[in-house]
Amino acid sequence: MAEEIEVTEDLTIPQVFLKRCKEYGARKVAMREKEFGVWLPYTWQDYYDRVKYLCLGMVSLGLKRGDKVAMIGDNRPEGVWAEMAAMCAGAIPVWLFQDCMMDEVKYIIDHSDSKFLVGETQEEVDKALAIMPDCPKLEYVIWDDPKGMRRYHQPNLKSIIKTQELGKELDKKEPDLFEKMINEGHGQEICLLFYTSGTTALPKGALLTHYNMLSMGKNLMAVDPCYDTDDFVSYLPFAWIGEQMMSISCGLLMGYTLNFPEEPETSQHNIREIGPHVMFAAPRLYEGLTRQVQVKYLDATWIKRKAYEVATKIGYHVADLKFEKKPIPWHWKALNYFAYVIMQKKLKDHLGMSRLRHCYTGGAAMGPEHFRFFHALGVNLKQIYGQTEVAGISVTHRDGDIKFDTVGTPIPETEVKITEDGEIISKSPSVFQGYYKNDEATKKTLKDGWLHSGDTGFIDDDGHLVVFDRTKDVLKLKDGRPFAPQYLEARLKFSPYIQDAWVIGDKLPYVTAVMCIDYSVVGKWADEHKINYTSYPELSQDPRVYDLVQKQIEEANKALPEPARIHKFVNLYKAFDADDDELTRTSKLRRGFMEERYKDIVETLYKDADMVHLDMTITYEDGREQPIKIDLRIQEITV
Amino acid sequence: MNTTGEAKEGDVILKLENIHMAFGKVAALNGVDLEVRKGEIHSIIGPNGAGKTVMMNCINGLYHPQEGNIFFKGQRINNLAPHKIAALGIGRTFQKLELYGGMTVTENIRMGSHIHLKANILNGSIYVGGVKKEEIEDRKFIEEEIIDLLEIESIRDQVAHMLPYGSQKRVELGRALALRPEVILLDEPMAGLNLEEVEDMARFILDINEEKRWKITCVLVEHDMGVVMDISHRVLVLDFGNIVADGTPAEVGKNPKVVKAYLGEEDLYATRR
Repeated sequence: MAEEIEVTEDLTIPQVFLKRCKEYGARKVAMREKEFGVWLPYTWQDYYDRVKYLCLGMVSLGLKRGDKVAMIGDNRPEGVWAEMAAMCAGAIPVWLFQDCMMDEVKYIIDHSDSKFLVGETQEEVDKALAIMPDCPKLEYVIWDDPKGMRRYHQPNLKSIIKTQELGKELDKKEPDLFEKMINEGHGQEICLLFYTSGTTALPKGALLTHYNMLSMGKNLMAVDPCYDTDDFVSYLPFAWIGEQMMSISCGLLMGYTLNFPEEPETSQHNIREIGPHVMFAAPRLYEGLTRQVQVKYLDATWIKRKAYEVATKIGYHVADLKFEKKPIPWHWKALNYFAYVIMQKKLKDHLGMSRLRHCYTGGAAMGPEHFRFFHALGVNLKQIYGQTEVAGISVTHRDGDIKFDTVGTPIPETEVKITEDGEIISKSPSVFQGYYKNDEATKKTLKDGWLHSGDTGFIDDDGHLVVFDRTKDVLKLKDGRPFAPQYLEARLKFSPYIQDAWVIGDKLPYVTAVMCIDYSVVGKWADEHKINYTSYPELSQDPRVYDLVQKQIEEANKALPEPARIHKFVNLYKAFDADDDELTRTSKLRRGFMEERYKDIVETLYKDADMVHLDMTITYEDGREQPIKIDLRIQEITV
Repeated sequence: MNTTGEAKEGDVILKLENIHMAFGKVAALNGVDLEVRKGEIHSIIGPNGAGKTVMMNCINGLYHPQEGNIFFKGQRINNLAPHKIAALGIGRTFQKLELYGGMTVTENIRMGSHIHLKANILNGSIYVGGVKKEEIEDRKFIEEEIIDLLEIESIRDQVAHMLPYGSQKRVELGRALALRPEVILLDEPMAGLNLEEVEDMARFILDINEEKRWKITCVLVEHDMGVVMDISHRVLVLDFGNIVADGTPAEVGKNPKVVKAYLGEEDLYATRR
């Protein structure tokens, strides 16, 4: 077990890093990356060396304390090295989402006054070179994958290896410099400038200190401890605070091993190979896993389907008893073991969840169906509630006290209150320092040390927090009742055929929805039903697919009061996409934007029409645009 | 022309002299000459039935021309069998995919490097010494050089015939690269691909042509004029088995015969642009 580190207001993340590197050295693996089909380990000594030389390299290129270093790229060791190297030099890392469009990259680089940009591939270098004339403060671009870089000879481009060579030279001249810089740091200094995903407006840069981050790690680990023998798979964007909390704050404090997938597309497979002990993901991943299981179930042989049905029935019953905090009778325990042997064990292995002690979901709402599904499998899935401004999370479920309509209770050293207006506010050592160059927003968000979340909710009789969602996202039904569309959307998404849904109906006579089918699942269903199609738009508009989607909506409608039921829907010609600004980079629906973008659809849904004509533009990741003209059918449902 | 077996950059590495090839009374190639220099991308364009694929088939030994000579690094290769030509260092991909549908991506690619493995049925079955080393090296080469280059990590264990067309095209290229060729014949590698896949494929072709690790000379048959004009060093224009032009993309683009016969057709030239 790792030597315990006392988190104080003086302590910095690089100091914890240094301590762990000295403690473990070459004895223990700090991180692994799957590369060329095999897992390559890096010990804590390797981690130390890589960070040290990269840090000194950047220093020799002119990096100073307080400078900003922007970073963009997939989850990979080099990303963590660059972040740690910047922190060790007293600079402030700024993470960007890898699939950020050019405008977002430009905005963040310019707004943050970044001096360095550490990118991964030629793609990021191209983005950087394109924005350089507009971002005069950006001096150097550092890249790590040489593929396609043979023709780039600009003097302000440096490879990580080259930068590390510069670092080695500096180390020869000043051997104590690296550790001296680490020791100069103070816990109350800013260690991260973190741009929020911005469901409503331009991203804002939240300033977080070392103490914010470390106290976050300490308090989460007090609830659900991890050990240095644990494995964690880092595959969510580093630009998401949840990933920082797990990989940096908790990772360094506990000393567990970080594992990086080969490619984003292989993460699910790589998770299975590693079998992590703790997992943190957005609801989208769990929804995807549920769909995957449901589809495999439909495909399975009779005997396997029966085994699954029996085991799930037992699993659901036992999970419900646990939710109700009732004792589990011995015969149900025995039956549950039987369910484990015949199904759960195998399925958990397929999902990479065999060794999982805790797994968390957060960032957006997740439906109770998905929650029950995982607990019925024996997976300890918990809800969390947090935000960038609190360096991670403030509320989570405790073992044995899980209510799937709540997000749990505050973690240690955290107070959560509800204002008279119903807004959730919190106070903890992890609350951020303010927004960078935005005093107005800081004043609105930070009042007397209390962080105003902008979310509404209440605290129930058991002390659990219930989050309604963004205040402005709550619909008012025709009978005046408030209604969270996320609740209905989550129910719809439990169907394997539905990838996404957008529920509309604020102050409108009835509720409607825009549906996105899951292309692979519905495509397979179409094959089985001998329905010919060539593309997503064509498949989505097939009347038989409409009937299939209608069935899923009717199922979800059943549990709702009449005013909240969906009366009409339309199948969209594509899935929602962050590149089209329909989702945030953390996959939350941007309702305000959607209302504007799909104004025609919304208007037609409330008219007496059965067809809507769309004439719009879709954007590719590299910024190219393509016009699209399409007629979408509107289908009515009898409720 | 270099005849020592080691061609330098700019030397003619592959030479076709007065090639005639007829099927019955139909002349598919009518006295075609071609000089491909080491390190270049030499494209062959022309309308359907111009004889482009026949030319490829003559080079890699699937067809034996009735007249004329083909030299590879000075060696006459006219009547050699395809596997012997492959062993000399000429790889190819096919216009219509020729993958082993039931094998995985990695297995398909490994087939390409089989020609370089020395293990036989005896020492292979007991898997000792050099065999093991050889196999590890081969795996390393395929994983580090080919799968990484073509970005097909996520499909390496999937069965080839289950893959989308664009991915199968990549696997074909991968298998041809596993042969470690000096010259690669690419027969319409972009056909049937969407815009993004075309851009990726063009990038891979440039990579294998320019990267120090590969430096492969490419003979490219392609209909996408935009790509051909962008990435080729030289372009040969064929029409009904006859050469219409041969030169740099700029020269060919200005040739009135070519413009009239081929490039002038806006929809062909524009292709996906």
